[in-house]
Amino acid sequence: MNVLFVSAILGVLLMLSSLFIKHRAYIHSLALIGLAVLFAINLAEFNGWLLFEMDLSGMLRFDRYALVMNAIVLASFFFYLLLSGSAMEKVGPHYADYLALLFFICSGLFMVTGFESLLILFLGIEIISIPLYILTGSDKRNLKSNEAALKYFLLGSFSTGLLLLGIAFFYGARGNFIATASVDPTVMSSSLQLAAVLLLLFAMSFKVSVAPFHFWTPDVYDGAPTVFTSFMATIVKGALFAAFVRLFEDTFSPQFSLWQPWVAGFIVLTLLIGNLTAVFQQSVKRMLAYSSIAQAGFMLLAVYAINGDSKEGLLLYAASYSLATIGIFAVLVYLQDHTFEGFNGLAKKQPIVAASLAIFFLSLAGIPLTGGFLAKLFMIKAALAYQPWLAIVSVVMAVVSVSYYFRVIQAMYFRTDAQSSSIEFPKSLSIGLFITALIVVLLGIFPETILGLLYF
Amino acid sequence: MVVLLLLLIPLIGVCFLFLYKGDHKFASAASLKLSFASLLVMCFRLCYWNTPEQLSFTAPWLTSLGSSFSIRMDGLGTILSLLTTAAYFLLFWYMKSRTIERPAAFFAWLLLAQAGMLGVFLAMDSLLFYFFWELALIPMYFLASQWGGARRIPVTFKFFIYTFLGSVFMLIGILYLQSKTADHSFALESIKKIKLTSDQQSWLFWLFFIAFAIKLPVFPFHTWQPDTYEESPTPVTAILSAIMVKMGILGLLRWVLPLFPIASYMWGDVVMSMAVAGIVYASFLAMQQVDIKRLIAYSSIAHIGLMTAGAFALNQLAYQGLLIQLFTHGINILGMWILVDIIERKTGTRSIDSLGGIAQHSPTLTIFFVIIALANIALPLTNAFVGEFLLFIGILATPSTYYWVFAVVGGLGIILSAVYTLRMIRAVFYGQPNATSSMPITLSWHEIGALVLIVGLILFFGIYPQPLLDMTADFSKDLFGQTDITSLFRKS
Repeated sequence: MNVLFVSAILGVLLMLSSLFIKHRAYIHSLALIGLAVLFAINLAEFNGWLLFEMDLSGMLRFDRYALVMNAIVLASFFFYLLLSGSAMEKVGPHYADYLALLFFICSGLFMVTGFESLLILFLGIEIISIPLYILTGSDKRNLKSNEAALKYFLLGSFSTGLLLLGIAFFYGARGNFIATASVDPTVMSSSLQLAAVLLLLFAMSFKVSVAPFHFWTPDVYDGAPTVFTSFMATIVKGALFAAFVRLFEDTFSPQFSLWQPWVAGFIVLTLLIGNLTAVFQQSVKRMLAYSSIAQAGFMLLAVYAINGDSKEGLLLYAASYSLATIGIFAVLVYLQDHTFEGFNGLAKKQPIVAASLAIFFLSLAGIPLTGGFLAKLFMIKAALAYQPWLAIVSVVMAVVSVSYYFRVIQAMYFRTDAQSSSIEFPKSLSIGLFITALIVVLLGIFPETILGLLYF
Repeated sequence: MVVLLLLLIPLIGVCFLFLYKGDHKFASAASLKLSFASLLVMCFRLCYWNTPEQLSFTAPWLTSLGSSFSIRMDGLGTILSLLTTAAYFLLFWYMKSRTIERPAAFFAWLLLAQAGMLGVFLAMDSLLFYFFWELALIPMYFLASQWGGARRIPVTFKFFIYTFLGSVFMLIGILYLQSKTADHSFALESIKKIKLTSDQQSWLFWLFFIAFAIKLPVFPFHTWQPDTYEESPTPVTAILSAIMVKMGILGLLRWVLPLFPIASYMWGDVVMSMAVAGIVYASFLAMQQVDIKRLIAYSSIAHIGLMTAGAFALNQLAYQGLLIQLFTHGINILGMWILVDIIERKTGTRSIDSLGGIAQHSPTLTIFFVIIALANIALPLTNAFVGEFLLFIGILATPSTYYWVFAVVGGLGIILSAVYTLRMIRAVFYGQPNATSSMPITLSWHEIGALVLIVGLILFFGIYPQPLLDMTADFSKDLFGQTDITSLFRKS
């Protein structure tokens, strides 16, 4: 729980830092140090070492699951800042403010991963959403960015309304907001409770861009400055999924016969729409937007199959998906040409960058020896316990996903660049990418180092 | 521990060559030394290292999932490891006389593929098997796409997508089996203990079989194969057709027949029909081809069809013939590809129409080609005869009503293979030399060395097949014991 407060304080500090520190590199290092401190504090919490204690019972509960998810959020955030920190300068002059907003989002993420009261869930989601609206529109001179921000804001507010209505019904049925409280069966089957389940399902599906609530995603991801797309498509999505799983596993598992068919339908729809649309994209950025919808379909399997496998799988999924996508977006920022042709011949010019990108795409496609494979393996295993056909649909869609991820690999390795314009990458970027790729591979070979934290 | 050594030697080469880039001379010499080391380890294993401790290795890995890094060399693993190490040694020896762009990366990918394929042959844990299965695929994809011909990108991508589609179905099967085991383990031993109903076996059979059928390839899953063989650089084609297709046969013999014996019996007729239909279909297509590479690619489908039919003949003789054929087919087809590569490099064409009369100026090359081509037709006194003969006796003893149909149609394949092979020899080597083929083709020392060894193996095992028969006897007997469900119906 300490991370929640410290990250909020860090956000305020960073916001003020622009008054005192003129040099952006220092602000960047300050943010990185802050993240390292947060990570240390989070690790200490695994052993029960707290800086200060507060009674949060009934509001927040930082169990192992939340702590591991927070560690993944912090680690991904660290690599995100490492790889994309300097690219953020190009968006606009308010560098410190962007960082501050990201840290505020981070504290919102800690609230949703560890919520116990639905009020906290609501607060957390709002704390995440409002800075995201701002960041989406942060490229003020760009009309697409403005449009994306407005669209995101309007649709986001609408889904927040659904969420709030669901929470109100929940309160009406139970008389409290506590997600884990035990209730007698008659309340469970009351119509208010059933309405609450469905409204919350729809609202959460909207937030994690699951079809048919995904329509905002491609435009918002495409319109937002690429650095911020990277953040909201990865870290935010992973943490929101953790909350999604927590809500439905802890609170609504008794009514699973009601919502499981809905979720199964959403999974199939999301996988189909995400994958099949991504195949036809010409811009890599838009392809990644649809791919993030497709990956959400896989992560939704964790909500569908409420068992141990799915929780472990979600953590692994969030980690490997976030790291891989952050790495790809970090390279994309530097490319002038966002089409597939922009990647032509990259392997000759930048062997390390290309090799790391290849590993990221292999991981997203779910090829063994990468984290993405084991994550998918856990998900399919979890789904297989309930519905074999769901597993078959998801693996077929994984094969479809290969067709668009491999287009980039083909461009980088097998095609040659017509115009010999050289792309300059900072040296630090290739080193950072290499380390990130190494972690993605290690996640695929020794996943127990992360998952072990859940139990020991 | 010996088995671990076999996996580690190529991996050392991979790290070394990717990091320390060298020119062609350095990279080919280093790879040749490593492949010789692997072959030496394999020879020592055949002669001296025979204890179970030396032949297996187990280390904890992914324990929470129920998997472990467990590899063991049984009879099937022995013959396929021998093929892999021998074929790599021969190919690398030949490669010393041939230059290639970006040699360090090329040899590194080839060695990585070797490690992957050896892993597939030795893995005794289904998840580990799947890991190696994909590990072998990725290097081949990169090799074929980076060094291949003009249409390489779409063609090799089709190959990748096909194989990947098959393997994900297999993954579902593996996960299902794991959920049924008593100790939630991926180990082959635990999977063998599951009692599956015949319905479950049928489903699982098809989930696994499609993966292997695509890899082999069995008709009608073969459409990726001729294009990929044609577009890949010939050394890569050699590895694909000499070793990689054996992954499919291994899959059938280790992961399908013993695990789903009832389903294998039930669907045996269907699979054998597909296999023999493929033999005839591919043979007729081979007769039409003008490109030598495509011709051999189709002939390879026909050979694989016969092997698949042998696997589903479900008797000991067929198994033994199949095991021997795994080795001999690998060596023979490797020789074919080396010769095709020599012809293409030195005359600049692969088209049968524009070649002719090579024999007049290059008798050495012609002798090598004729011997290897005759081995490909499985003439007596060549090594392939032993395996194919046993396969045919086995197919005649198939526990199926239509055994004679399969045997007759399969036998037709042999006749057809003589037709297209002899036609190719006549068109390429005999007749009047023309402008492209009137230059004498001189062979370098490395080329002659590799070819002499291959011809030596062909004649040695053709005349004295006893070592191969001894090597395969135990495993085929054991496999027959696990798959013989027809004994239940027989009157004792």
